[in-house]
Amino acid sequence: MDWRRFGFIALIIIVLFGTVIMIGQVKQPPLLIITSMLATTIAVATPLALGALSGVYCERAGVVNIGIEGMMLSSAFFGWLGAIYMFHVFGMDIGISITLGVFFAILTGALMALLHAVLSITFKVDQIIGGTVINILAVGLTGFLNRQLFFGAGSVFGGNVPNSPGVLPTIHIPLTEIFTPVCGVSNACLVNLAAINRVFDQKPIAMGAILLVFFSHYVIFNTRWGLRTRAVGEHPKAADTVGIDVIKMRYANVIIGGMFAGLAGAYFTIESVPSFEPLLTNGRGFISLAAMIFGNWTPIGAWAASLVFGASQALLINMQIFRDVIPPQWSFLQESYIVGLTPYILTMFILTGIIGKTTPPAADGVPYEK
Amino acid sequence: MQSEKRSNSLARQILQSVMDASLVPFLAILTAVIFGGIIIKIVGGDPILSYRGLIEGSFGSTKALSETAVWATPYIFAGLAVALAFKGGLFNIGAEGQLAVGAVVSSLIGYALPEWLGYDIPAIIHLPLAILFGVLMGGVWAGIVGALKAYTGGHEVINTIMMNYIALNTTSFLLNGVMKDRSPTNVIARTPLIADSARIPPLFEGLRIHWGFIFALLVAFFIWWLLTKTTLGFQIRTVGLNPDAAKYAGINVKRIIILTMVLSGMLAGMAGTIEVTGLNYRHELGFSIGYGFDAIAIALLGKSHPLGVVLASFLFAAMRNGATRMQFLTQMPVDLISMIQAFILLFVAADAIIRYIYRIKSKGERVVLTRGWGG
Repeated sequence: MDWRRFGFIALIIIVLFGTVIMIGQVKQPPLLIITSMLATTIAVATPLALGALSGVYCERAGVVNIGIEGMMLSSAFFGWLGAIYMFHVFGMDIGISITLGVFFAILTGALMALLHAVLSITFKVDQIIGGTVINILAVGLTGFLNRQLFFGAGSVFGGNVPNSPGVLPTIHIPLTEIFTPVCGVSNACLVNLAAINRVFDQKPIAMGAILLVFFSHYVIFNTRWGLRTRAVGEHPKAADTVGIDVIKMRYANVIIGGMFAGLAGAYFTIESVPSFEPLLTNGRGFISLAAMIFGNWTPIGAWAASLVFGASQALLINMQIFRDVIPPQWSFLQESYIVGLTPYILTMFILTGIIGKTTPPAADGVPYEK
Repeated sequence: MQSEKRSNSLARQILQSVMDASLVPFLAILTAVIFGGIIIKIVGGDPILSYRGLIEGSFGSTKALSETAVWATPYIFAGLAVALAFKGGLFNIGAEGQLAVGAVVSSLIGYALPEWLGYDIPAIIHLPLAILFGVLMGGVWAGIVGALKAYTGGHEVINTIMMNYIALNTTSFLLNGVMKDRSPTNVIARTPLIADSARIPPLFEGLRIHWGFIFALLVAFFIWWLLTKTTLGFQIRTVGLNPDAAKYAGINVKRIIILTMVLSGMLAGMAGTIEVTGLNYRHELGFSIGYGFDAIAIALLGKSHPLGVVLASFLFAAMRNGATRMQFLTQMPVDLISMIQAFILLFVAADAIIRYIYRIKSKGERVVLTRGWGG
C-alpha cells in the first residue's frame, strides 16, 4: 500500500481532531472528545464509504459511475417512501417497515444501476453523460413524487407528509459490561470505558459499511470473481479471449455497485434521520467518487479517504457543542459555510495528484466492442 | 435556369442536413412528452389538459411569450457555456456555480459601487462594469478548473461540481453576512437592490423581456462565428476531437483547455449577470439552483450547436414558464417538468434508444463528448 497516501490521511485527521481537542479541553477531557469525534466520524463517513465502494465495483469492471449521487438520492427517497407505505398504508410493524425500507433502498439503487448499465454497456452511451442522466433523473423523479404523492389530488396521505416509522436502532456492543471487572472500583476508568464504548456503538448500516469495506477488499483482490472483475476493467479483450463474459461481468458489477449506493441512500433517510428533503445528498455522491480516486480504486483506501471527510464534518458538529468556549481568534471555525468548504477543497486538492498519482483501471470508461 | 437549379439543390441539401440533425432530438422530445403523459395518467392527472396548460402558459399571450423569452435568456447563455466546453472536449457541470458567483459579483458592483465612490455613476459606465465583473468572475471560477485539468489532470467533472458547492457555500456566507440586504423587513438571504444605473432597460414598456434577450441571441451568433470561422475556434474543436493530434499539429493544448474553460465560465457568469442586471435587480440565494443541470440538458439537446442551443433554450423556457399555468389548471406539481426534461436528456444522450424505437439508421459518426479519468 501507498504509505504516503495513508500518512496524509492520518495527518489531516490528526489536525482536525487536534483542533477540536485544543478548543474543547477546557470543557471536556481529551479522551471524551476523541471518542465522540471518532463516533461521529465513523457515522458521517458511512454514506461516503458505501458510495466509494459502489464506485470501486463499477470502475474496477471498467464502467465510470458518476451517477452515484443520483442513485443515493433516489434510494434515500424510495427507501423512506417504502417504509412509510409499509407502516401507514399496509399497517405493518415498525421494525418490519424500516427493514423493508432498507430493502427498497437497495432495490432502487440496483434498478438505477441497471439503467446505467443498459445505457453505458448495451447502448454504449458516453458513461459520464449516462451518469449525469441518472443524476438529473433522480432529482426530477424524487422532487415530483415527493410532492405528488403527499400533496397531489387523491393522495392517500391527504396533503401532509406522514411521520416515518423511525430510524434503525443503535447496536450496543457490550464492551463496558465485559471490561467492568478490569476497572474494579476506579471511577475514572469506568468513565473512560463508557467513552470508548461509544465509538463502537454504531447503527447497523454504519457497522455494516465497515464490514463491507473489508469484505469487498477481500472479494476484489482475493477471489475468482474479483480477478475476473479486474480483468474485465483492465483488458477486456484479453478477458474475453480466456472465456470471461465481459458484458455479463460488467452488468453484474454495476448492479452490485448500485446496491451499495442504495444502502448509502438508506443511511440518509432510514438510519440518520427519519425524513426526506429534496436534494438531501448534497454532493456526497461526488465526494465519495473523490474518495474512491484518492483510495486508488481500492476499498480500504477509499474508506480511509472517506474518514477524512467524516472527520471534517465531525469538527463542524463539535464546534457547535463548544461554541461558548471558542477563543475569539478561532471563531471562524464556527462559520459552517467556511468550515463546510473543507471536504470540497480537499477533494480538489486530492485530485491534483500531488499526494500520490492514482491509476484508474486501464479500460475505465471504454465501452467494450467485440 | 442552371443557377436556379443549383441553388435549389443547395437549399434542399441544407434543409436535408438540418432535418437529419434535428430528427433525433425531435423524436426524443416527442417520446419524453409521451412518457410524461403516461406518468401524469398514472398519478391520476389529465395529460391533455396538463399539456394544454403548459402551451397556454408559455405561448398563449403576449405576456406569456415575453416571460418565455425572459426564461430563455439565462438558458441560452448557460447552454452555450456547456456547449462550448463540449466542443473543447470538456464537460462543464459547473455552470451553476459560475452563474452564482457571476451574479454575486455583478450585484455587488450594482449596489455598492456608487456607495464606495460616494456619487452616482452614469449607466453607460455602471452597467457595463457590473456585467463585465460578473462575467470575469465566472471565467475565473471555471478557469481554476481548467488550469487544474491542464496542469495536474484533475478531472473537470468532479472539480466543477466541487466548485459548485464552494460557490454555494461562499454565496450563502456572503448573502447571510456582509452582503445581506439590511432593510428592516428583509429576512431572506439576498443582496440589496442594485442602482438604477446598473439595470438593463426593458425591451417594451410593461413587459419583463429586456435587452439581455437580444444580447443573448447576438452572443449565440458570436459563439457560432468563433467556433466555425476563427483559428481559436478551430483549435478548440481540434483539442476536443483529439488532444494528441492537436498537440502534434502544434496547438498548445494546455492553453486551449484553460481558455475553453474560461470562455465557458464567462458565458455561465453572463447568465447570472444578466438575471441580476436585467430581471431581479439583486441576487437571491437559491435562484441559481438547477440551472447547471438544465444547461447540460440544453447543450445536449441542441447538439452543442449554438442555433440548437437557442432552440433548446426556448423549449426549456417554455416548459418552465408554462408549468405554473399547468399547475393552476390541473394541480400537477411543477416538478413534473424536471422529470420530462430528464427523459428528454435520457433519450437525447442515448440516441441509440430513439434510433431503436423508431428504426432510424445511424449515420455512423460518434461524437466524443468526454473522456475518462486518465485526463
